[in-house]
Amino acid sequence: MDLKDKLISSFMAFENNVDIDSPVHDERSEAIKNFEEKGFPTKKEEAWKYTSLNSLQKIDFSIFPKEANALDYKDVKKYFINEIDTYKIVFVDGIYSSFLSETTHDGVDICLMSSALTKPMYKQIIDVYFNKIASKDESLTTLNTAFSREGAYIYIPKSKMPKKPIEIVHFSTGNEASLLLQPRNLIIAEENAELQVIERHQSLTENEVLTNSVTEIFAAKNAIVDYYKVQNDLSTASLVDNTYVNQKDDSVVKVHTFSFGGKLTRNNLNFYQNGEHIDSIMKGVTILGEKQHVDHHTLVHHIQPNCESHQDYKGIYGENATGVFNGKIIVDKIAQKTNAFQQNNNILVSDKATINTKPQLEIFADDVKCSHGCTIGQLDDDALFYLQTRGIPKKEARALMMYAFANNVLESVRIPELKARINKLIAKKLGVNLGFDL
Amino acid sequence: MLKINDLHARVEDKDILKGINLEVNAGEVHAIMGPNGSGKSTLASVIAGKEEFEVTQGSVVLDGEDLEDDAPEERAHKGIFLSFQYPVEIPGVSVTNFMKTAINESRKARGLEDMPAKEMLKLIREKSEMLEIDRKFLSRSLNEGFSGGEKKRNEIFQMAMLEPRLAILDETDSGLDIDALRIVANGVNKLKSKDNAVVVITHYQRLLEYIVPDFVHVLHNGKIVKSGGKELALELEEKGYDWIKNEAVV
Repeated sequence: MDLKDKLISSFMAFENNVDIDSPVHDERSEAIKNFEEKGFPTKKEEAWKYTSLNSLQKIDFSIFPKEANALDYKDVKKYFINEIDTYKIVFVDGIYSSFLSETTHDGVDICLMSSALTKPMYKQIIDVYFNKIASKDESLTTLNTAFSREGAYIYIPKSKMPKKPIEIVHFSTGNEASLLLQPRNLIIAEENAELQVIERHQSLTENEVLTNSVTEIFAAKNAIVDYYKVQNDLSTASLVDNTYVNQKDDSVVKVHTFSFGGKLTRNNLNFYQNGEHIDSIMKGVTILGEKQHVDHHTLVHHIQPNCESHQDYKGIYGENATGVFNGKIIVDKIAQKTNAFQQNNNILVSDKATINTKPQLEIFADDVKCSHGCTIGQLDDDALFYLQTRGIPKKEARALMMYAFANNVLESVRIPELKARINKLIAKKLGVNLGFDL
Repeated sequence: MLKINDLHARVEDKDILKGINLEVNAGEVHAIMGPNGSGKSTLASVIAGKEEFEVTQGSVVLDGEDLEDDAPEERAHKGIFLSFQYPVEIPGVSVTNFMKTAINESRKARGLEDMPAKEMLKLIREKSEMLEIDRKFLSRSLNEGFSGGEKKRNEIFQMAMLEPRLAILDETDSGLDIDALRIVANGVNKLKSKDNAVVVITHYQRLLEYIVPDFVHVLHNGKIVKSGGKELALELEEKGYDWIKNEAVV
């Protein structure tokens, strides 16, 4: 049985396991119908031209993990930003780990999607927000919606701010030979609220994992959401991340994506500007080697006037790594005075590495500023020579230049401990110890 | 200290250096002058070890050791410093971090521990004061958005930090106003000692009023066609390079 059939036939069993009277029952049923019709995306579709899910579909993934797996904190401590205190929503093989988590209901709700979907006290919010910005058409998003049950639920009321950053971490233990995970996150920042989120997916063994994640983010008037995705998984783990952001007046949402690992990573990052004076910021650093593949698909839909969007993605590709950047910007006719900026710079450090980069601008307004640029290059020989004449060996000089190349993306990271972590990861990926943080 | 013997070098298929002979001893200042395209900058790059240039004949010898197989960083570790005509911008690396990396890499090559942070800061302060460099300047990205004069002053700051045995200053005077020129020349003069040597490459005589050479060489068409004392520079300033070219042809 191929993976699509397996998923469709598993849906009944899944629905029997969850509350059939749940308010999202209808949404799930609609979603599975859409997925049944569409199936997995293929390379024939423009949006999937450079990323194939074929080989993943041949793997016999377990759809429901057999049992909860306990992990010792000391064994997984290093995957948390353990230098600082954080709220933690932790899942092991897709199942919530109360032992590793630190949730709260103290003025803000930082807890579980499974509770939010089933407990009456959350019904009103679920009705308003759940599956409201996520696509009802895109097949992998609807697949996730069909099986939506578990993930992070974060609700920050008006003018509140959690005391500390929130970490959402998914571990897979390898207890299953191969495992499909479908986390579903809902993040709501009400008017003038602010929060910081760090999301990470981490395999602990080399058994195959495929994660098809959907995150919906709602930023109300004047809210600030600062979101960091750390993608440094093992080379047997694949991730499809579908993130949908709905912004209202004067809100700022920043998403940083650090892609350093994994087998196949697809980031679908979609911003919808439903208000004025909104700022949407997307930044990414990608450093890949081996046969790793990352595909960044961004969308900013400028729906109202006087808004800004800033995209800055840097990529360093070595060995046989392949990368894709596809940045789509839509400016509606009424969205005058839009300022949309998009930049994608890449360095290829191997003859066999590949990058496909494509800006896609659809502008219907006439008084806008839209700039985009993409570069693909090698390291500048003159700059290398300059550093060498100062006594810096070629290997370190190359690393220093690549480090510096990625640096301006790190400047906007607001959690210093995370920034230090990312700095170290970059240095490690580049195989050097520079002895200082930029 | 430095001995260049019958040096020939080419880039791609073009011969640029066609038999250079030059000897520089400790404590000396040499000026290499010449018209544009005569091979001055190529000579500087070949001494520093730039890979694009192929040495087809002859040798560059430092303290009796042929540098042929040495990478640019190894030459730097042996005490060669090149002040660039066009210093490269490195966005994202501050001047301070760059100097820390450079100094500690040189120390590592000599089997020394990293320089303690306190000592490093003291050194940076001392040398930046000598070149009248603002502290704020040191936290800026290396050469990025620097004016021509700032870049050149920064080159001499790096020279002061690294204390080379042989400093080659490639057109350090170009783009400098007279005040900056004085500061730079003053810095170079303070660094001069009986143990090190300076090779000044310049098109004009102006810098040589401040950094006074013991020897002046005229490079033309890849060869040194005339050598003399500091008065040769004045003569060149007055008469231009044409008479040298004509003399060379004869």
